[in-house]
Amino acid sequence: MLRRHFLLATAALFALPAQAQTAWESVLDAARGQTVYWHAWGGDPKINDFIAFVGQEAQERHGVTLEHVKLASTADAVARVQAERNAGTLTGGAVDLIWINGENFAAMKDQGLLFGPFAESLPNWRYVDVAGKPAVVTDFTLPTEGYESPWAMAQLVFEYDSARLPEPPQTLDALKDWIIAHPGRFTYPQPPDYLGLTFLKQVAYGTLSDPSVMQAPLDEASYEATIAPMWAWLDAVTPALWRAGKAYPQNEPALGQLLADAEVDIGFAFNPGRASAEIGAGNLPETVRTFTLQGGTIGNASFVAIPFNAAHAAGAQVVANLLLDPEIQARAQDPNVLGFQTVLDLSSLDAPDKARFDALDLGIATLSPADLGPALLEPHASWMVRISQDWMQRYGVAQ
Amino acid sequence: MIWGGPLRWAPRFTLALLVVPVAAGLLGTLIPAFSNDAKGFRALVEWPGLWPAVRLSLGTGLGATALSLAITLLLVASLWGTRLFALILHLLAPLLSVPHAAAALGLAFLIAPSGWIARLLSPWATGWTQPPDLLILNDPYGLSLTLGLIAKEVPFLFLMALAALPQTDIARRMQVAHSLGAGKIAAFAVAVLPGLYRQLRLPVYAVLAYSMTAVEMAMILGPTRPATLSAQVVIWMADPMLTAQATAAAGAVLQLCVVIAALLLWTLVERVARRALVRLAEAGVRAHALDAFARGAALLTGGLTAGALILGLAGLAVWSLAGLWQFPDVLPQSLSLRTWMRAAPDLVSTGAVTVMIAATATALSLALVIACLEAEQRFALSPRGAALWVLYLPLLVPQVAFLPGLQGAALRSGVEGHWLAVAAAHLVFVLPYVFLSLAPAYRAWDGRIATAGLALGASPARVFWRLRLPMLLRPVLTAAAVGVAVSVGQYLPTLLIGGGRVETLTTEAVALSSGGNRRLIGAYALLQMLLPALGFALALLLPALAFRNRRGMAVAT
Repeated sequence: MLRRHFLLATAALFALPAQAQTAWESVLDAARGQTVYWHAWGGDPKINDFIAFVGQEAQERHGVTLEHVKLASTADAVARVQAERNAGTLTGGAVDLIWINGENFAAMKDQGLLFGPFAESLPNWRYVDVAGKPAVVTDFTLPTEGYESPWAMAQLVFEYDSARLPEPPQTLDALKDWIIAHPGRFTYPQPPDYLGLTFLKQVAYGTLSDPSVMQAPLDEASYEATIAPMWAWLDAVTPALWRAGKAYPQNEPALGQLLADAEVDIGFAFNPGRASAEIGAGNLPETVRTFTLQGGTIGNASFVAIPFNAAHAAGAQVVANLLLDPEIQARAQDPNVLGFQTVLDLSSLDAPDKARFDALDLGIATLSPADLGPALLEPHASWMVRISQDWMQRYGVAQ
Repeated sequence: MIWGGPLRWAPRFTLALLVVPVAAGLLGTLIPAFSNDAKGFRALVEWPGLWPAVRLSLGTGLGATALSLAITLLLVASLWGTRLFALILHLLAPLLSVPHAAAALGLAFLIAPSGWIARLLSPWATGWTQPPDLLILNDPYGLSLTLGLIAKEVPFLFLMALAALPQTDIARRMQVAHSLGAGKIAAFAVAVLPGLYRQLRLPVYAVLAYSMTAVEMAMILGPTRPATLSAQVVIWMADPMLTAQATAAAGAVLQLCVVIAALLLWTLVERVARRALVRLAEAGVRAHALDAFARGAALLTGGLTAGALILGLAGLAVWSLAGLWQFPDVLPQSLSLRTWMRAAPDLVSTGAVTVMIAATATALSLALVIACLEAEQRFALSPRGAALWVLYLPLLVPQVAFLPGLQGAALRSGVEGHWLAVAAAHLVFVLPYVFLSLAPAYRAWDGRIATAGLALGASPARVFWRLRLPMLLRPVLTAAAVGVAVSVGQYLPTLLIGGGRVETLTTEAVALSSGGNRRLIGAYALLQMLLPALGFALALLLPALAFRNRRGMAVAT
């Protein structure tokens, strides 16, 4: 009797992984032959090429066709899924996969527009560096709960041309002094652009007496006093900004173009490898270098999510899993391809896979992970909504 | 009469085709704007940039329209009948098809402090080793934006004027006025302008509405603190916060009101101008002294307009071949085909889709427009004022105001995502332009020719196929070329109705322009321009070929 129980229990134990295997295999079976429509920002040819490469791999390895639907803004895809739900399209939706994070994810999750949870049952999830990179499961303080799967890490880095500026400022205060001493040579994208808001967050981290309050929803009563040092910093530098703060670049590429055109001396990007990749593409001179601020810079992860009504959810999961494949991740980190930081824990990889990462030449302008410094967590979304509104009030309308 | 029955219904059918989508889409906008206690409007009024944004939309729209019209009339008045006229025509016609985003980016690269002009003059003349901190682009008064709009709209108005000119009897009128002693400008203003403007009025309204609602140009060249109302509505639409959608809807409704107000203002100015013109005629103005000055002004403004666009596009073309290109280098350090090689497969496939959609939408529009006009002639229908306004609906109602609603309707009916659905959506925008560009010539066609034909025993159908259509070949082809250009340039309808699955050169180019990559944008812009430019080239060449042995059908210059 006892023995029989033992046998059953053992069988069950062995059956567990086997069942998981089968579950994934049935996903693979369902995915074969599907065409996955991945809605992703299409403003960067390097990213577009990478997505095309992922498409080839998906075709060869799993028989999944990947179509990149190039968006000018991720919100277009969110709006589209909303429109489908409002029109009663509960299955067979046009969007299978979205490159997403932050507010867009919060909005979709909040409205129940997402398929899942699926991320943590992907076979390649075991490589994800959950302990070392908490941002892979916390999106702007919101737990992802498996409703989106990470595929790239991003961190704010500053870019400068060492030929024009040998010694860049290393702290927020030094940056302020430098801006004031060099009027017209620094700016940031106009909020509500995400990179512009990220810069404001960075300023908040460097000026607030206790930045950790931003991890909780903002408290109306103390908000004004808490945030005042950030406005003071901005008030001090605004007259010395590019165009004296009368105009701002639209987004990250526009700011990058200003650096390339030598209209500013310090730019910044949410991708530590961008400068090297741009040098490789011939868009920036070889003398461009990057730096971060002492105490760290804002970091977060890019995710993919599947809408609740996706027509090809199986294929979408296969692509999400493929994006976590060590080989693909190493390719994404190659500065000649994308220069995105990996979400994987390198110590969990097999030797050959780990070797792929070790073999990468990060690029002339890319900081090593050690030099990059700590990644500061994104504040709670309520802070950014409010700061964005207040920015408009203070600086967004010509006086 | 073979299609007497259906033909009679053609105008009503066509009008319904325009009203239904716009009305359905508008409802889809009005409901969210006014729902929830008109929350959207409250948010809109509380937005601190509201009045500056409205002022900007009005100022840039009215300014750009008035100046574009002035430049067009100046060009026609002082250069008509000269060799320069043909030259300018050939320069401007292909420019009509330049997509707005590409034109704006080209212009931006030209006039920016780190742009081509500054590079040409630096450092030897200016002493600049790095770009000066000058607020040229995104200036708070919207001057760069106005300039960009003018550069885009002059070719359109000029072409519309050209299509209307043969019907205004310009040669004889000018002759009579000259013989009465009037100078060139005075003769044009008194004898030709009233007839010409009557036919130009609708295109001018379209230009006014478009200039006020342009989004891509406003985003690239316009002020940012705040942006114009139309650009701000799009920014709200892209906001993931659901509350912003109601604000966007309210903004779109306000935008519609502002456009209507501007049109009313414009008609007031028309009245004043008409009175002034009558006074001038009564006073017997001859103003010979004005001619030389006007000629100079026409050459300068026309040259500047065409030059700005052409140089800007040339700049983008060079960018599409550029390696590293730093300030103040006039040309890139190295050239490469990298951008083109990379983009080639995409360019071919999206180009094919673009052509397919443009051809379908244009062919359908042309058939409907000709059916309407023919019905109007045969059954002596006189279009009421209301019909004209209906025709104008898709051009007057800001796209952001009704397209999202239309997308919902397409979703429900399950047709979205197919290229035919996109072509049908394009039809709504293509048809009015085709009508606007064809109707004046069609109506002004000398009816005595038809009478003669009928008297000789030809059927109305035969008169149509053998006389009217061949004689109107040039305006018909011009209208087709305009239609193709309009279709190729459509962004929002393609994106929304196509569900992102129908990729055209324009959706690709706009997605890319959000990344500001001048190299790739250069490649796409060139192709995007090439397609409609081919159409215009055909519109000029085919009649010349077909009528090479008909002196009366030669271009009236």
